[in-house]
Amino acid sequence: MLDKNILLTIVLAPLAGALLAGLFGKRIGRVASHSVTIAGVALSCVLSCQVLYQLVWGGAEVFNQNVYTWFEVGGTSAHVGFLIDRLTAMMMVVVTFVSLMVHVYTIGYMAEDDGYQRFFSYIALFTFSMLMLVMSNNFLQLFFGWEAVGLVSYLLIGFWYKRPTAIFANMKAFVVNRVGDFGFLLGIAGVLLWFGGSLDYQAVFNHAQDPSMDMAGRTVELIAGHPWHVATIVCVCLFIGAMGKSAQVPLHVWLPDSMEGPTPISALIHAATMVTAGIFMVARMSPLFELSETALTFVLVIGATTALFTGLIGVVQNDIKRVVAYSTLSQLGYMTVALGVSAYSAGVFHLMTHAFFKALLFLGAGSVIIAMHHEQDMRHMGGLRKQMPITWITMWLGSLALAGAPGFAGFFSKDAIIEAVGESHRLGAGYAYFCVLAGVFITALYSFRLLYMTFHGKPRYVVDEHKHGHGHDTHDDHHGHHEPGHLAHAPHESPWVVTLPLVLLAIPSVLIGFLTIGPMLYGDYFGSAIHVAGHNDVLGELAHHFHGALAMTLHGFKQWPFWIALAGFATATWIWLFNPSIADKAENALKPVHTMLSNKYWFDDLYQALLARGGVSFGRGLWRGGDAALIDGAINGSASIVDQFSAIVRRVQSGYLYHYAFAMILGLILLLGGSWWVFTRAAV
Amino acid sequence: MITLAHFLSLGAVLFCIAVAGIFINRKNVIVLLMCLELLLLAVNTNFVAFSRYLGDPAGQVFVFFILTVAAAEAAIGLAILVVLFRNRSTIDVTSIDTLKG
Amino acid sequence: MDQWPLLSILIWLPIVGAILVLALGRDARVARWLSLITTLATLFASLPLYLNYNAVAGGMQFIESHAWINALKANYALGVDGIAVALIVLTTFTSVLVIIGSWGPIQKRVSQYMAAMLVLEGMLIGIFAATDALLFYVFFEAMLIPMFIIIGIWGGPRRVYATLKFFIYTFLGSIFMLIALIYLHMKTGEFSLAAFATAPLGTTEQAWIFFAFLAGFAIKVPMWPVHTWLPDAHVEAPTGGSVILAAIMLKVGGYGFIRFSLPITPDASQEYAWVVIAMSLVAVVYIGYVALVQDDMKKLIAYSSVAHMAFVTLGLFISLALVRNYANADAARLGIQGAMVQMISHGFVSGAMFSCIGVLYDRLHSRMIKDYGGVLNVMPWFGALFIFFSMANCGLPGTSGFVGEFMVILASFQSNPWIALIAAFTLIIGAAYTLWLVKRVIFGEVTNPKVAKFEDLNAREWIVLGSFAAAVLALGVYPKPLTDLMDSSVLQIVNALMLSKA
Repeated sequence: MLDKNILLTIVLAPLAGALLAGLFGKRIGRVASHSVTIAGVALSCVLSCQVLYQLVWGGAEVFNQNVYTWFEVGGTSAHVGFLIDRLTAMMMVVVTFVSLMVHVYTIGYMAEDDGYQRFFSYIALFTFSMLMLVMSNNFLQLFFGWEAVGLVSYLLIGFWYKRPTAIFANMKAFVVNRVGDFGFLLGIAGVLLWFGGSLDYQAVFNHAQDPSMDMAGRTVELIAGHPWHVATIVCVCLFIGAMGKSAQVPLHVWLPDSMEGPTPISALIHAATMVTAGIFMVARMSPLFELSETALTFVLVIGATTALFTGLIGVVQNDIKRVVAYSTLSQLGYMTVALGVSAYSAGVFHLMTHAFFKALLFLGAGSVIIAMHHEQDMRHMGGLRKQMPITWITMWLGSLALAGAPGFAGFFSKDAIIEAVGESHRLGAGYAYFCVLAGVFITALYSFRLLYMTFHGKPRYVVDEHKHGHGHDTHDDHHGHHEPGHLAHAPHESPWVVTLPLVLLAIPSVLIGFLTIGPMLYGDYFGSAIHVAGHNDVLGELAHHFHGALAMTLHGFKQWPFWIALAGFATATWIWLFNPSIADKAENALKPVHTMLSNKYWFDDLYQALLARGGVSFGRGLWRGGDAALIDGAINGSASIVDQFSAIVRRVQSGYLYHYAFAMILGLILLLGGSWWVFTRAAV
Repeated sequence: MITLAHFLSLGAVLFCIAVAGIFINRKNVIVLLMCLELLLLAVNTNFVAFSRYLGDPAGQVFVFFILTVAAAEAAIGLAILVVLFRNRSTIDVTSIDTLKG
Repeated sequence: MDQWPLLSILIWLPIVGAILVLALGRDARVARWLSLITTLATLFASLPLYLNYNAVAGGMQFIESHAWINALKANYALGVDGIAVALIVLTTFTSVLVIIGSWGPIQKRVSQYMAAMLVLEGMLIGIFAATDALLFYVFFEAMLIPMFIIIGIWGGPRRVYATLKFFIYTFLGSIFMLIALIYLHMKTGEFSLAAFATAPLGTTEQAWIFFAFLAGFAIKVPMWPVHTWLPDAHVEAPTGGSVILAAIMLKVGGYGFIRFSLPITPDASQEYAWVVIAMSLVAVVYIGYVALVQDDMKKLIAYSSVAHMAFVTLGLFISLALVRNYANADAARLGIQGAMVQMISHGFVSGAMFSCIGVLYDRLHSRMIKDYGGVLNVMPWFGALFIFFSMANCGLPGTSGFVGEFMVILASFQSNPWIALIAAFTLIIGAAYTLWLVKRVIFGEVTNPKVAKFEDLNAREWIVLGSFAAAVLALGVYPKPLTDLMDSSVLQIVNALMLSKA
């Protein structure tokens, strides 16, 4: 039996840390601030592991209980409560573990920043919000966590709020996410209306699976004459929310820009945890999504498109963080594809492995950035493997995992997804299969490109040791490096607080897939947490061919994806390790393609022109035309008509007494004459 | 024999003179005040005449009231006039048009 | 507490205080302290109202009734239900903060300003407590006078235009309402709201009365397209005036719909609900876009108030369709509760936003967005609070701004998903205009050298903004006490809506 107080502690410990560091950070100082937040998150992490242990080995029941009632109006009630099953427990461990690593790493990364305490406060607050999201047992709290992580993401992207690019990116991120939340909220409203009038997961899922309700067949005519399945409407709306948070095409535009934030949060929020909230949510809602073939096809196509086309952009990026960011987009696409073919556990499995190796890659990139004094352009790096061996090796491990080298974590999860897509007969599965296979090549290409450009070859930076001298990094120079590629002193390996998390993340990046694929994908790890309808169960099909992780690894060498990845690896090696000039030639030869990719398919420009500038001119039109001209025009117009009329009438008021006296007499005569006339007529 | 009609005619004549005075006079506010007094006088004449004719003393009582009020009014009017003159140095009727809209 | 005429005390205490302030307030300090004491006393006097109100029983409580104008059978009749209690406590709470907030900024004719504020507070409480239509009307009109004075004397450069527009606009609306009240009086022979609510009325009569009420209350809310007085009034009003205007006076419109339109003309309300709903939806989208392009911070927040108040009218009138066409009383309760929570929440959030702008205005004497930028660099605490209130303004869960919108969207989805779709657009546009404001004012480098000299919040500003923040957070994290307070009163309204009067 899980203890409610322990669960509350898991959630509230990071919050307490965040409040202490946030409100009293200046007073208690740097060390105390990072100590309280790290203590809070570490406590959460340990307890989360214990919860996981209890659920998996301790035979604990699924915990589903409300903590308090948020409101209760008529038959509608909303609560704050926890649903802890194995899916949740896994997410809790991933979130708190990665968060803990990032906390530790931040001590080194942000050491020179003025906003040190603020940063710790934010990431601890993020951990709280994310835990609220994953531990929720109802839609309301899910939405709370959903928006709260969005808020923290907003604050963190704009952490360096003096940079125009950062405050543009954070606003963009929030507003784009709000577009998703718009759909999400409508989805929640739909759930309340059509799925039994409750916001609790359990009640909704029971209603969805109740055969007497036939939720799969129920339709509604939102446009007269066009019956739509309610399940499709609800699931598509919910998925729009996931598209915003998990940055799926066409709502992906915010994620690359979010790299304006400090690197630790790129790792924590924009790679490992927050952006996977959408994936988690769809997996959690699997009983609903299983009702609608159409919605799943939608999911599949969106995911496949994201997986391939955003990966392609990654190949042409030169900013080390942006490469990893586009890689994240692409991998999120893979997860979404898995959801789309009803292989929810494969999606969540990839979510988990990805969380480890992508956090590793981001933190590694951050380590490089520290060494390069906040230079992020890979064209000014190269040959760093000698100076920073730990970063180099861990980055290699992370990249191998990402590219899907057999035996590494990413291999198991990605291969499972590809096979599941191959097995699926859903509409769009063929397209998705092509996308994910091509994506494998692309993934290998940009991953190794990054490694070669950063760590191998000859250094492309210049060290101006004499010019600057020491003491340079005592003041904060996050934005001000003077000439690109010129460093004050030679790069060196980062301090232990930075490398320790790298090592600790590298271990699961290598091993976690091997250890957990059996129970998670093909066993009954998730139990009732994920529901797959019998006819959709592609993983069940694959389970027949699964004979243990080792066999799968060996088998992997004979599979298409391996050879495709190898081809990508070979191409990358050939070009960027041995013949860097080819890259430029290829760039020139494929000018239009390169232009298209480096402009990110013009999504940003389109949105900027159509929605941002268009919205502003539309608003201006409404304001000037509607409010000022039409409404106020009518009002001020009627006032001025009265004005003009009075201007005429007022001439009567000459101010001369004798005029008034004359008017009085005249009036008297008229009155007397009139009444005399009336009375005499009446008399007659 | 002086009949009621003579008195009424006198009242009407006085009244008309007063009204004409108000209209025609463009020079002097004092004349206006005098015309107002004359108006009241015309009314008083009528009151007295009717009182005598009807044998009802009430009319003559009213005359006293009116005379009293007229006296008070004249006093206030002249006082205002003095203040007006002090402020504007003129009692020209055509220049007093602050009520103009 | 039965023997204490609590409501009368609440109404007249501030007014007596106002007289004292006028009489003794030669010295500005005396005037300030005296008014602070008065508002605090009123706040404490309003606590028993909340604590002793029996929310389970619902209905009108703390009833007082004295003959007032016998010839008209108009009574000095007071009473409150859960809805009114919530609004009265909002009034007394905000008034204290307004007085504290006006401490520094108001330097001329302090005693008169404070007295006007106190009179206004009394009038507003009177509006929420009146159960007699004529008494309501008297308070409804009398409240305009202090506001007229506040904007007209302590306002900005175009204050005369703004104050006239404000006065004539709102007065025009209430004239129609007066005609409707007179008609109802002729029909029933008395002025009690309860009698009005039970009087049988034909369809045509109801339609006329409904539109008369609509004219009165729609201008007060204000709804699109009769909202244009609000931005002008806000821009010219002093900070305290803006806070009271946004936080409480607008609520009078929504309260009027609940007290008058819904119970007295339920059939006409149902028939013409689409008019109100359409106006509300237009407001959400149209006003959202207009708010996006404002250069003046106060105008921006004023427009956002219009958009937020649209949720109030939407929630109230969506409930009619839900009750009558779908027999969905649960959703109708959700809609009305949502509207009420939105009113209370908007009181806190808009009050806080205007106070924030006041804080900036006191330092730079400009409301123009372009004059600011990078405020966070010099005023970190203020910046944090500003961001917090902005988040509440765009309806972030965990703040009060979310609760009402969430409930109204859920309710309207049950009536018609398309309505919910348009209403939910506020999520996007609300975030866009609010965050753009934050980006331009709070974030960035300091460009204006005067901004670089700003000092962070002083103790008084801390009290004001801190109290608002606490209220916003409390309501967002735990709205149940508020919804419980109003629940049975809302249920009574919904039950009344089910009965046709024609």
